[in-house]
Amino acid sequence: MNSTEILNSLQLSLTIRRLCFQLIENHHDFSNTVLVGLQPNGVFLVNRLKKELEKIINKVVKTGALDITFFRDDFRRKEKPLIPSVTNIDFSLENKVVVLVDDVFFTGRTVRSGLDAIMTFGRPKSVEFLTLIERRFTQHLPIKADYIGQSIDTINEEKVSVRWKEEHGKDQILLYSPNET
Amino acid sequence: MNDLSVKHLLSINDLNESDIDTIFKTADSFKEIINRPIKKVPTLRDITIANLFFENSTRTKLSFELAEKRLSADILNFSASSSSVKKGETLVDTANNILSMKVDLIVMRHPNPGAANYLAENTNTCVINAGDGTNEHPTQALLDCYSIKERHGSLKDLKVVIIGDIKHSRVALSNIYALKKLGAKVMVCGPTTLIPKFIHKLGVDVEHDLLKALQWCDVANMLRIQLERQDIQYFPSIREYVKQFGLNHEVISSLNKKITILHPGPINRGVEITSEVADSPNSIILDQVENGVAIRMAIIYLLAGKLNRA
Repeated sequence: MNSTEILNSLQLSLTIRRLCFQLIENHHDFSNTVLVGLQPNGVFLVNRLKKELEKIINKVVKTGALDITFFRDDFRRKEKPLIPSVTNIDFSLENKVVVLVDDVFFTGRTVRSGLDAIMTFGRPKSVEFLTLIERRFTQHLPIKADYIGQSIDTINEEKVSVRWKEEHGKDQILLYSPNET
Repeated sequence: MNDLSVKHLLSINDLNESDIDTIFKTADSFKEIINRPIKKVPTLRDITIANLFFENSTRTKLSFELAEKRLSADILNFSASSSSVKKGETLVDTANNILSMKVDLIVMRHPNPGAANYLAENTNTCVINAGDGTNEHPTQALLDCYSIKERHGSLKDLKVVIIGDIKHSRVALSNIYALKKLGAKVMVCGPTTLIPKFIHKLGVDVEHDLLKALQWCDVANMLRIQLERQDIQYFPSIREYVKQFGLNHEVISSLNKKITILHPGPINRGVEITSEVADSPNSIILDQVENGVAIRMAIIYLLAGKLNRA
């Protein structure tokens, strides 16, 4: 696979900062809004957003991590079993505005599962969706993102990898494309 | 975490350490889910499970049923007392008839040791052993170990004593296998007549003095006297058993240390354990019941995931 850089470290931090200002426009002081990251990769993004938002508004932003394994639609359709990650939402979502957060928006199936999973914590007032990278024209379901870091055109065989400093030592978003034959 | 190495859950002996780790980690997720306002997940909505109970059960049957319902599986319940088994139908015929109704997975409790293995060998389905006579009760052992791990962090080098009717207890045998696999040190304690003669070959210590056993242990798993399986009298009287092997407040307070108390139920209060001890903060009996649902959800989920993957 060949790799191309979509965003470097500086571009990524500018994008996150822009997303934070867009969130503040709609959610003001976040008194009734919570950010929930979809496990595993959405959680890194949520942590970055929380840090940046709290710096800007000088208030605590509630965040959580949501595992969607048991709500997926591909159970028994994969060779390996679907092994769950941790869910950590230690507050009620009843009547809250929830922003679901994931790093890459591809088919929309993960978000669909996330919507089902989030409802088991109560009835939110509304749910929005934020993504760092939207892969255009690849959605299998009628789901749209409310906040988008960057939209890119890809083919199905390509893979987008969001690499965080915490895991890989460097912030970077890469696009992997199959080798031409 | 890896895939389970088994297609059925028949005996703890069939599982390796990684299997148990996968089951425990999956159970962690289910435990979190069953504490949500909405406790149900849609995962097994295309799976049908038959619960075949050829022997009485309250806790295990309810626990399995709840686990299956919380996974959104369809359920068939069967009890031997109200079925064609009374008319002479064989186990395999009963099972195959039920499987013809497109059942994917069987949970079975049976009075005969080895019945679950026999069913797994002679039918084309996934079988979970919910207790086979005096042989094994693997899900109980897993939930016991999970509950101990939750309280103590790890089972490595933990000293666990199983007290009571070891001879007739499937819980004892499965617990010994599971505890040993997870690195615990195991002792059994009870009257000489209720300890199998060759049990030391499983790598466990034997003690007939309750106080010495309790002084040695970190965890005590209390078993009831299985009178329904005893064809002869194994001890002079219940009163004498209580005097020698009953766990009461006086014995516990004489230890100068805290030990964790387990009991798989049903409890005979005032016989193997007093109410004061069973309801004390050191007792994790009700945690065992809660964890039972999470552990069974994990086992069903992981085994169902191996059924005819598309």
